[in-house]
Amino acid sequence: MTEIFGVPTQALFGQLLIGLINGSFYALLSLGLAVIFGLLNIINFTHGAQYMMGAFAAYFLLNKLGLNYWWALVAAPLAVGATGVVVERLMLSRLYKLDHLYGLLLTFGLALIIQGAFRHEYGSAGLPYSIPEILSGGTNLGFMFLPKYRAWVIVASLVVCVGTWFVIERTKLGAYLRAATENPAMVQAFGVNVPRMITLTYGFGVALAGLAGVMAAPIYQVNPLMGADTIIVVFAVVVIGGMGSIMGAVVTGFGLGIVEGLTKVFYPEASNTVIFVIMAIVLMIRPQGLFGSR
Amino acid sequence: MAEDQYKPHASRDDAAEARYDRKAFLVMMALFLVAPAVVYPVFVMKALCFALFACAFNLLLGFGGLLSFGHAMFLGMAGYVAAHAAKVWGLPPEFAILAGTAASTVLGVFAGLLAIRRQGIYFAMVTLALAQMVYFFCLQAPFTHGEDGIQAVPRGMFLGVLDLSSTTVLYYVVLAIFTAGFLLIYRVIHSPFGQVLKAIRENEPRAISLGYRTEHYKLAAFVLSAGLAGLAGATKAIVFQLASLTDVHWSMSGEVVLMTLLGGMGTIFGPVVGAFVIITMENYLAELGSWFTITQGAIFVVCVLAFRRGVIGELEAWLRRRRAG
Repeated sequence: MTEIFGVPTQALFGQLLIGLINGSFYALLSLGLAVIFGLLNIINFTHGAQYMMGAFAAYFLLNKLGLNYWWALVAAPLAVGATGVVVERLMLSRLYKLDHLYGLLLTFGLALIIQGAFRHEYGSAGLPYSIPEILSGGTNLGFMFLPKYRAWVIVASLVVCVGTWFVIERTKLGAYLRAATENPAMVQAFGVNVPRMITLTYGFGVALAGLAGVMAAPIYQVNPLMGADTIIVVFAVVVIGGMGSIMGAVVTGFGLGIVEGLTKVFYPEASNTVIFVIMAIVLMIRPQGLFGSR
Repeated sequence: MAEDQYKPHASRDDAAEARYDRKAFLVMMALFLVAPAVVYPVFVMKALCFALFACAFNLLLGFGGLLSFGHAMFLGMAGYVAAHAAKVWGLPPEFAILAGTAASTVLGVFAGLLAIRRQGIYFAMVTLALAQMVYFFCLQAPFTHGEDGIQAVPRGMFLGVLDLSSTTVLYYVVLAIFTAGFLLIYRVIHSPFGQVLKAIRENEPRAISLGYRTEHYKLAAFVLSAGLAGLAGATKAIVFQLASLTDVHWSMSGEVVLMTLLGGMGTIFGPVVGAFVIITMENYLAELGSWFTITQGAIFVVCVLAFRRGVIGELEAWLRRRRAG
């Protein structure tokens, strides 16, 4: 029992785990995109850069202020979310009356500025960020070795995703949010401050990206371009899932991470492209996305 | 896209518009004909290739209202095929360029069939993702030589008589290709087909209710745009004797959006102006590396927030105000 389909179990489960890790980040990032898109109708191209900023924030907190990973987990998303609030107030809020494509172009420009600035300061080589002591090492499960930190990332991202789903679908606040997605003018007429809600929603979506960045820092190196290619894959994930539902974004994110991991085992040449191929197939069969509605 | 962007063409008198376009075209051609005497010709050739690329892109965005964020796949793929045809198959340059153009046209059919199934923001994301797929293909396929690209592509004899190793001859061949592409786009925009395309851009449901099969029009525009972007890419590969991953990368897709936005979406000459500005900038800022990226980003932000008509759009608006006032 050391081989399944001619593949050593160690390798199979190892790649499955990597797939789940990648899936955690896809889920967190596409969740943030979906939350922002729901209310603002904008695809946030800066998301990848904000994910990177989260990782850098964790790095600075540790190396300049001596605040460890657990502090970073709280402080970095707040800081990155705050920059998002500023961006929304100063720039995005001017574009709501225009075609939504301008939002895409603006956030693309911002991503170029942020990534360019970080690359100018820190080069393209990654900065190391070590795993917090309590989560270093791992457990041998018999069929595979499970590093503690990776298990933590999967669990934490699941908790955050389910928590977000709960807030949006099951609480009063979430009801306001969903109502504003349907008809902002009506919600405003009921005395809810919709512009502020939009600002905070953008800030929250951005904070989710920042949180993903902190969690990614010990796994991938802290690198100015770490979000640049990831975000394109996340876009494909979003197209596959459709942006209709929060749960859809989460399920698609994890699912595609696993598919990508399995592809690495069985046909490594295609592991970079498999998500795009799936996207093409989904577009042919169900153009609105697996969980999307027209 | 936004309504204020496109009113000028609807409200302007057609005859006056044609006169204005003809004058502007003659000025542009005069400038290009004498340019090699004043400016380094290789630089102008590069800008001409990008100008054609941006014009092809603008056909889709400015007149079809479809924002493709993956046009680099056509530029880059055509470049690879043209370079491969010239170097490995030993085809003369005109056939190499045709092969590249044909390849990107075919790629355009497949990408277009998938992408037009979604609208607006999704269209942009789908094209971006498809282009990323092509990028990974080019990174791994043996004939593209991965990170090295295809180098030392022979220029050869154009049509058997024009020796492209002479920079002057090469320059005028490139200018001829650009002009042919530019005039074709102008013709398409002013044809009944172009009018239907504009109708779809303004109000797709209404165009459908008038009996137009908008899907067919959008696909045709997409394929045409892909083919012309390929023509630009194939020509560029012959001029620089190089096809590389830079031309397939997403940042190149972003660059052509920027050129069009800066010059003026939905204007005839805007993309040409935008391409020349960005290529000039790149020329001076290239050594500074990330500063070029930062500047590009800043131009994006400024254009979107305060300068949505672009250079040519603002110029047209100013001319119209002067005529009216």
